[in-house]
Amino acid sequence: MTLDNKGADHGMFGTHGTGDTSGYGGLVHIAAGAGSSQRPFGGYFDQVADDLERAYPDFNDAIERVVVDRNELTLHIKRERLVEVARTLRDKLKFEMCMGVSGVHYPTDAGRELHAVYPLLSITNNQRIRLEVSVSDSDPHIPSLVEVWAGNNWHERETFDMFGIIFDGHPGLTRILMPDDWQGHPQRKDYDLGGIAVEYKGATTPPPSERRSYK
Amino acid sequence: MSTYADPYASSRETTEGTVFSVTGGDWDSLVTEIGQAKEERVVVNMGPQHPSTHGVLRLVLELEGETVTEVRCGIGYLHTGIEKNIEYRNWTQGTTFVTRMDYLAPLFNETAYCLAVEKLLGITDDVTERASAIRVMMMEFNRISSHMVALGTGALELGALSPMIFCFREREKVLDIFELVSGLRMNMAYVRPGGVAQDLPEGAVAKILATVADLRKSFKDNEKLLVGNSIWMKRTEGIGYLDLAGATTLGITGPVIRSTGLPLDLRKLQPYSGYENYEFDVVTADTCDVYGRFLIRINELEQSLRIIEQAAKKLQATQGQPVMVADKKIAWPSQLSIGADGMGNSLNHIREIMGSSMESLIHHFKLVTEGFRVPAGQVYAAVESPRGELAAHIVSDGGTRPYRVHFREPSFNNLQATSAMSEGGMVADIIGAVASIDPVMGGVDR
Repeated sequence: MTLDNKGADHGMFGTHGTGDTSGYGGLVHIAAGAGSSQRPFGGYFDQVADDLERAYPDFNDAIERVVVDRNELTLHIKRERLVEVARTLRDKLKFEMCMGVSGVHYPTDAGRELHAVYPLLSITNNQRIRLEVSVSDSDPHIPSLVEVWAGNNWHERETFDMFGIIFDGHPGLTRILMPDDWQGHPQRKDYDLGGIAVEYKGATTPPPSERRSYK
Repeated sequence: MSTYADPYASSRETTEGTVFSVTGGDWDSLVTEIGQAKEERVVVNMGPQHPSTHGVLRLVLELEGETVTEVRCGIGYLHTGIEKNIEYRNWTQGTTFVTRMDYLAPLFNETAYCLAVEKLLGITDDVTERASAIRVMMMEFNRISSHMVALGTGALELGALSPMIFCFREREKVLDIFELVSGLRMNMAYVRPGGVAQDLPEGAVAKILATVADLRKSFKDNEKLLVGNSIWMKRTEGIGYLDLAGATTLGITGPVIRSTGLPLDLRKLQPYSGYENYEFDVVTADTCDVYGRFLIRINELEQSLRIIEQAAKKLQATQGQPVMVADKKIAWPSQLSIGADGMGNSLNHIREIMGSSMESLIHHFKLVTEGFRVPAGQVYAAVESPRGELAAHIVSDGGTRPYRVHFREPSFNNLQATSAMSEGGMVADIIGAVASIDPVMGGVDR
């Protein structure tokens, strides 16, 4: 999958288009795949997609794109359809468990800066899929899934705390890891890591965010 | 209402009535104040510094007499920003950070992280059989040491002192193995993307087998202390009840969901690191209570020993084979060895890169300072940690540093069950319920 929503470019020059950083390898260029996958998806993914399409007729409208990468299926869902699709997945397709929410911030992906990623597990069918919802920085609202999977409660609070994504309908969306009066959302890319320089025997090591880095 | 300003026990009016805050000191004045209040609702703050809350866990309890009407957890006291810090380090340095999350199960954190990075690199199948066997052996030893703390401190928190002493004695034996193999007793950063940091030292397999035999004997003694002990059973049977429906909707994994009778174990369901080649049983109970979870942990010890014995056979059969992927563009160039002061660079390797091969020196320098690149994409890799599904969700933008690393921590998730397990019960039973979840705050807060 191409990260068309790649993060801001920082750091020093480096070799590009290859996994090799030494400049000596002559490694084969690793071509990134397309942004969206076409059928057949392979494995049980076709089955899951078919079943979901049958159980949820608005599939094509709700699912923005389907990505199969590294043997994992990701369904990119419109946020207003998230709860319906989630409930269908739970009740009809036996995805009994949601393993939480993980936020990702792509500051350069205009209009879709904030992503929420939900890994689902079906114990009955022994399957895993992933839902992904993206929203913009200016309107960071996603409907809460606590009603569908109660265990998402703390995960959504953590994602709110770290990224500022607001989960509408959450029973008590407050900070969970940072203090209540904290300013900002630490996992966002525009939030600096901070730190201070350390001197040891006359040499000074800058804080990690200011050290030399490579693209 | 108080007629004077008490520096230790102030009160203020809120929409829900008078709220009293005690910050230490003058208990008498608080009791006087509460005596004047019409409501009998008492909110007690338990933790974050409390001997029975398993670390810096804060429990806000609402009580009616001894009965708990509401429990809320306060977490975050051990938040160290590990996930953020990893974004400023290269892929290999990540293991050094993640190993410090759940500090009682460092090898599981490392393995989950490395499995995810390997998946991103597309080298999952290139990890050698010996490296996988070492990972499995180390993880199962780690499961034992983690369960030893769970059982020992769990018993201690409920007032049984002796099991703690014995459990920590057994744990020491496991930590000795860790020290022998990796040079460190905790936070080893031993599992690395592509394999493990170094091969086993000479005579390790014999020491491992001797420890297994020793532990097996000690576990039998340990069991006699608590299994079937009537005092212990009175404190744990029917306590902290959580059934399958509750556990599923709360996303609970590990011993807590296995205590409802569901054999959910990723080692069997979605094997990784070659677990499909090991014979072992998934231990379950059907009591949904603290005693059931206790029995599961006790019985899992024997299953771990069985796996370690099988792993030891594989290690004997693969003697001399590599423990790191062959691709030198990924494998950490430095050959590590254990010296008198712990694990460090192999002097032979230093001699070679400094004395005889300029290319080796450049290669070493570039790979260590810049790191390797990981193709863009995202993956989710899960392992069965002692506390349940521990998974790493990792996003790469194709650079030499992780773009985003998120850990799905079983402690974090399972701690949500505290309310469901404890509300309506007695104050003293909260301790048992929390101990049976076995949260490690380093993992919860990350």
